[in-house]
Amino acid sequence: MQRRTIFAVAAVMVAFLLICGCTGTTTDPTPVEKQQLRIATTTSLDDTKLLNHLSSIFEEQHNAEVLIISAGTGKALEYGQRGDVDVLMVHDRAREDTFLADGYGINRRVFAYNFFILVGPESDPAGIKGMTPEEAFSTIREKGMADENIVFVSRGDASGTHSKEQAIWKGAGFDYAKDIQGSGDWYIEAGTGMGATLTMANEKEAYTLSDIGTYLAYKGDLDLVTLVDEGDILLNVYCAMQINPEKYPDVNSELAKDWVNFMISDDTQKEIASFGVDKYGQPLFYAAQNDWAKIGVTEAEVSVPIA
Amino acid sequence: MYEIIEGIAEAARLIITLDPGVMSIAARSIIVSFTATVAATLISIPLGAAINFGTFRGRTSLINLIQTLYSLPTVIVGLLIFLLISRVGPFGFMRLLFTPTAMIIAQTVLVLPIMTGLTISALSGVDTVIRDTLHSLGATRLQFLANVMKEARFAILTAVAVGFGRAISEVGAAILVGGNIMASSFSGSTRTLTTAISLETSMGNIPQSIALGTILLAIALGVNLVITRMQHR
Repeated sequence: MQRRTIFAVAAVMVAFLLICGCTGTTTDPTPVEKQQLRIATTTSLDDTKLLNHLSSIFEEQHNAEVLIISAGTGKALEYGQRGDVDVLMVHDRAREDTFLADGYGINRRVFAYNFFILVGPESDPAGIKGMTPEEAFSTIREKGMADENIVFVSRGDASGTHSKEQAIWKGAGFDYAKDIQGSGDWYIEAGTGMGATLTMANEKEAYTLSDIGTYLAYKGDLDLVTLVDEGDILLNVYCAMQINPEKYPDVNSELAKDWVNFMISDDTQKEIASFGVDKYGQPLFYAAQNDWAKIGVTEAEVSVPIA
Repeated sequence: MYEIIEGIAEAARLIITLDPGVMSIAARSIIVSFTATVAATLISIPLGAAINFGTFRGRTSLINLIQTLYSLPTVIVGLLIFLLISRVGPFGFMRLLFTPTAMIIAQTVLVLPIMTGLTISALSGVDTVIRDTLHSLGATRLQFLANVMKEARFAILTAVAVGFGRAISEVGAAILVGGNIMASSFSGSTRTLTTAISLETSMGNIPQSIALGTILLAIALGVNLVITRMQHR
């Protein structure tokens, strides 16, 4: 009797696996092991599904498998530093520079940019619509300390977006650790990705800083509106770089190189420029190819393929 | 409230249409947790028996330690395994990070204390009369152990059920060592029901999250029906 039950269980499991094999996902590699490319990227890049879209194209062209691990920029940099991935795709210029200087990354290429926006409830209790980012931040803080209905939700997770937020606080003349963090109930640190943070801000009818890509991707589910979208400080530049094979000889540097070159290739740049237009009415990202001067990088970084 | 009903309806739809994405995630959850539970059982039953019937110094302290580890947070286990198998870690050369194997290892470690502890309590719960009878009938060491386990099988199978439950429902370790990857191949992906629920919830897709949760509970129900049948043989 016991044997029959075990047999039944085994049969169900085998059936299950067969169903999965037949209905769906592509077949597993046959004799030649398909190469795998591990990419650590930010939630704001992954949540928009841009990478999923691009990786399917890449996978076909290179007969490889792209594994995307999305985490905050801080965590992604950590993975890169430990050699656990082959490519890093982040959007924090300052930390990228340090990463390159320390020798963990090589061959940075800039492939896309967009802008951060300050979003909040339509009622805009703090009245920040149309202000500059720095002014808006100051106002939210000032009024938030007096009015418990005015709240700012921060990423609070060492991500690229969080870095940008801190830069804006600094630009507004505040010391982040002393004047902002823990300064009152008006300032909440979510500790989650961009999508989750937007969801939280939506729930609390609060203000938050978001990249435009994720915001548009979630807009259908949110009641938040764009209140501040102009200001040089809101520029958001995305780069891709290889993990240095000299530090970690095990990384798949050939495929990593191919991926980075793929990102700055003409076809991909066109894909990026048109991504999301049919769904959202505007592109989620701008191709970096022609705007290198505008975004403050060198022409080489947007157009010269890695040798 | 409405979203919960919508979620359950969505779960039914996903199962009936054999939605390939969801099926592969569910299969992965089952495979990973089932393998981890089996591995943990193979270790914890002999280990539990050795500790229960052993007479060594520090036995009580060891049992205390095991029971303390019942509260081991899943993220901590995930973090520990991550540090061990990351490329710069001692086992980095095995390239296990961000693979389903890593998740199996993490869940095995996670579930080990609770299964060992419950095995110990199961065995110690066997009536001394039975134990003495076995000895007096001249049972060898192996026969003794086999028979005591047979007596305790109800409680030991409970330990297996609890172990499987803990393994399939955990998120922390799976996300840390697996990376919640959705790749184009089955073996390259590391997304399980729980990590997918976590992602869907953070994206605000409530019906999908509830659907996945319902499927997970359905799987747990199935497994526990089997275990209950085995317990009543």
